[in-house]
Amino acid sequence: MQRTSIERVAAATPAPVARRLTGLSDRVIAWIFVAPTIFLLLAVNIFPLIWTIRLSFTNMRVNRPNEPVEFVGLRNYQRILTDPDIWQTMQATAHFLFWTLALQIVIGFALAWLINRKFRGNDLWTTIIVLPMMLSPAVVGNFWTFLYQPQIGLFNYAVGFLTGADPSSFSMIADVRLAPWAIIIVDTWMWTPFVMLICLAGLRSIPASIYEAAECDRASKWRQFWTITIPMVLPFLMLAVLFRGIENFKMFDLVVQLTGGGPGNTTELTSINLKREAFEKWRTGYSSAYAIILFVTVFGLASIYVKALNKVKSR
Amino acid sequence: MKSFLSGMVRFRRGSWEMLASILIALGVVMLMQPWFMWAFTWSFLVTLTGTVMFIVTSHFPE
Repeated sequence: MQRTSIERVAAATPAPVARRLTGLSDRVIAWIFVAPTIFLLLAVNIFPLIWTIRLSFTNMRVNRPNEPVEFVGLRNYQRILTDPDIWQTMQATAHFLFWTLALQIVIGFALAWLINRKFRGNDLWTTIIVLPMMLSPAVVGNFWTFLYQPQIGLFNYAVGFLTGADPSSFSMIADVRLAPWAIIIVDTWMWTPFVMLICLAGLRSIPASIYEAAECDRASKWRQFWTITIPMVLPFLMLAVLFRGIENFKMFDLVVQLTGGGPGNTTELTSINLKREAFEKWRTGYSSAYAIILFVTVFGLASIYVKALNKVKSR
Repeated sequence: MKSFLSGMVRFRRGSWEMLASILIALGVVMLMQPWFMWAFTWSFLVTLTGTVMFIVTSHFPE
C-alpha cells in the first residue's frame, strides 16, 4: 500500500524522539521549528542594536579595555549634534545624495523611455546598460581610479579630446573641487541602470488604451507625456528615489575605494566619518551614538519607503 | 485637508502616518541643510519623533 509522506516521516522518526514529541500541541511544535531562526535573528540583529544603544550613553573606548566605563547620559549625542565637522560631513553627504539622485532619475528615466520603444537589438542594449549594476563596488572603484588617472586615464583623455584641455592638467580624485563630482559620476554610472529598470517597469504598466484614447482626443505627444506618462510613472520614480536615497546615505565602499574620503575631508561621507571615529580614533561610545543617529534616519526613510512600496503594490 | 484633519481627530492611520512621514522628511532635511546650525542640532529629535510616531500609528485602524 502507498504511504503518504507524513506517514513515512513518522515511521522514520526514532522511537525516543517520537515518544518525546507525542502529546505536544501543533503550536509548541511550530515554536520548536521557529525558535532557532528567532534566536539567530535576536543574536545577529537585535542584540547588537541594543548593545550599541547602551554603549552610546557611555564613554567607552575599546582600545582602552582597562579604563572604567562611565555613564555619560546624552553627552555623546549633544557633542555630535553641535559638532561643525559632522555638520560638514552631513553636507558632503547631502551634496552627494542630491546630485546622484537628480542625475540618476533624469538619465534613468530617459533611458527607460528609449528602451521602452520597440527597436532592433532592444534586449541586447538593455543587457549592456544593466551591466555596471552587476559589478562589485570594489571593482568599480578600482577601475575608475585608473580611468581618472591624469597621465593614462581614459576619462581625462576623453575630457581633453572633447574640450581641448590638457588631460594631465587636472586630477578628478586629487582636486578639492572635482573630487565630489568624481564620486557622483561613478555612482551615477553604476546605479542609473537600476533606476532605469524601475522606470521601465512603470512605463510598461501603463495600458496602451489610455494613449489610444488620448490620440482620439487629439492630445499632442507632449501633453500625453505630462498628463499620462509622468503621473503614472511617478510612484515608481518615488520608489527609486527613496531606494537610492537610503542606499547612498549609507555609501561607503565605492567612495573608500575611489578617494578614501579625501582630498582633505571633501568626500568624507557620514559612513566613512563614522568608521574613522570608531576604528581610527577608537571613540566607541561616541561613534555608537553617531551610528544610532544614522540608524534612526535610515529607519525613518525606510518606513516611508515601505509605505510607498505598498502604495505601488496596491495599484 | 478636511479629511486629513478628521482622520487625525479619529486616530486614523492614513493621516497620522502622513504626519509622521512629514516629520521624518523634515528631520532629514534639517540634518543635511547647510544654513542653520540649530536645525542640525534639533534634526535628530524631529526624525526620532517621526519614526516612533510612524511605528505607533502604523497600528492604528485604516
